Amino acid sequence: MKRSGIFYAAAGIIALVVLAGFSYKERIFANQNWSEEQKSLIASLLLDALPALPADPSNRVANDPRAAELGQALFNDKRLSANAKVACATCHLRDRQFQDGTPLGHGVGQTNRRTMPISGTAHAPFLFWDGRKDSQWAQALGPLESAVEHGSDRTALARRLAVDYRRDYERLFGPLPEFTGLPDHASPEGNAAAKAAWSKMTEGEREAINRVFANIGKAIAAFERTIKPRETRFDRYARSLQAGTAPNDQLSEPEIAGLALFIGKGNCINCHNGPLLTDNHFHNTGVPAVEGLPEDTGRALGALQVKNDPFNCRGRYSDAAPSDCTELNFMVSEGDELLRAYKPPSLRNVALRPPYMHAGQFRSLDEVVRHYNKAPPAPAGHSELEPLKLNDREVHALQAFLATLSEED
Amino acid sequence: MTRRQILKSRLLWAAPLALITMVGLGAAAKMRSPLPENLDLSLTRYSDAGLYQTRLDTDMNPVSIGAMHAFIVTLRTRDGRPVEKAALTIDGGMPQHGHGLPTTPRVTADLGGGRYRVEGIKFNMPGWWTVTVHATSGAGGDETTFNLKL
Repeated sequence: MKRSGIFYAAAGIIALVVLAGFSYKERIFANQNWSEEQKSLIASLLLDALPALPADPSNRVANDPRAAELGQALFNDKRLSANAKVACATCHLRDRQFQDGTPLGHGVGQTNRRTMPISGTAHAPFLFWDGRKDSQWAQALGPLESAVEHGSDRTALARRLAVDYRRDYERLFGPLPEFTGLPDHASPEGNAAAKAAWSKMTEGEREAINRVFANIGKAIAAFERTIKPRETRFDRYARSLQAGTAPNDQLSEPEIAGLALFIGKGNCINCHNGPLLTDNHFHNTGVPAVEGLPEDTGRALGALQVKNDPFNCRGRYSDAAPSDCTELNFMVSEGDELLRAYKPPSLRNVALRPPYMHAGQFRSLDEVVRHYNKAPPAPAGHSELEPLKLNDREVHALQAFLATLSEED
Repeated sequence: MTRRQILKSRLLWAAPLALITMVGLGAAAKMRSPLPENLDLSLTRYSDAGLYQTRLDTDMNPVSIGAMHAFIVTLRTRDGRPVEKAALTIDGGMPQHGHGLPTTPRVTADLGGGRYRVEGIKFNMPGWWTVTVHATSGAGGDETTFNLKL
């Protein structure tokens, strides 16, 4: 009798622990238990809350379907590269959320950064991990002249347009300049020969070529504006939660637990907020430096570059009035907070595109979440992270939630 | 009732009690870091040394996170007279996170009558923000800090 009493007591305790654990899960998982504050945070992430495509006053052809058509052709055209083997689409693969799945991009050479996805970037005030460009069209110009991406130059690109796209170009932007006497290869950003050739051109010739160069970017941007995020399982869950209907079957228990952590204890929503799950700002999260790559100061350099970029919103190739350039006009351009700060990318489709961070430092979402959980000191500057003290179950739940942000085919 | 039955019935009671305790603990663990108690959210305040009465009006209501907007700052003396031609600078940040504003707002128009338009305001995170208006005029220099909860 005594023995069986101990047995029942032990069984009872085990049952209690299981029951308690279960009830705890039930509490987080049942959507009717979301607080009003949690519900409103969840609603703020819903794709339906994404504002209409913002106007781009710096690009007068931004919404012209003919420009988007030309831009799409240019995006896929390998002839715009030095070796005729690299297009934008080489690293921005349509069937992989317009990224390439490798730690560093590979054009005619290897870049120092991870290729970024394109979807939804029309909503971003600053482009690239360090925000060194302030529009989609100015961003598109960078890789064309980068020695390790397209490896091309301004006069070569303008000549290419004249040969292959004259009619489409001219009906959008007016007559191409006369190329007689202009060098085959010239750019202020290229190799020594290209730079020398550029310096020998007259001011008027340079401006005419710069204008064609900028227009190439504007056409590509018109295409990129059409690349938009699509609904996910999370959106369906959040929408029915908002509507007050019971969508229990749409997210699993760990996924819902992960959502609770995402908007709560995990602090993820601090930077990954809004329908694109990015605040489009710049944060130092102590991501390790990569051995062998040059020193990378992130936004500290990016802020100076965008300020001085001749193709920025205030530049002569922009179609905007200077007063339209609000983001540039009021940007933070100096301070300790910029050192090794990088832009949080949209988390939509994040589970489908390892590796992670600005140089592909983490191979998996597990490594990412564990990094945020541990919050190591930054290699330079000051990390914004604090240790999260998540247990393994919570680490896995967060990953499960992140996978609900994937678009389905 | 046998001993075993008593044990069983106690277990039956203990389970819901344990459950309720777990629910309570879970709820406490899940709360976002709370705001300080008695946080003054008023948008008309006296400056630190009491030189000015400062009022903040926003042109976006409710303020949405990540959207650029503007403030109208109204500056008055303690006895309510408008402070004309003051020099204003604005800063702020999130005290709980130790970072500043994501933009550098500044006065873009002196609207007269002690009213100043401040453009370039953006808040990129939910939570507790502070905005400090530093004002200098013939009356002297002083600053007013506002608390905003987004």
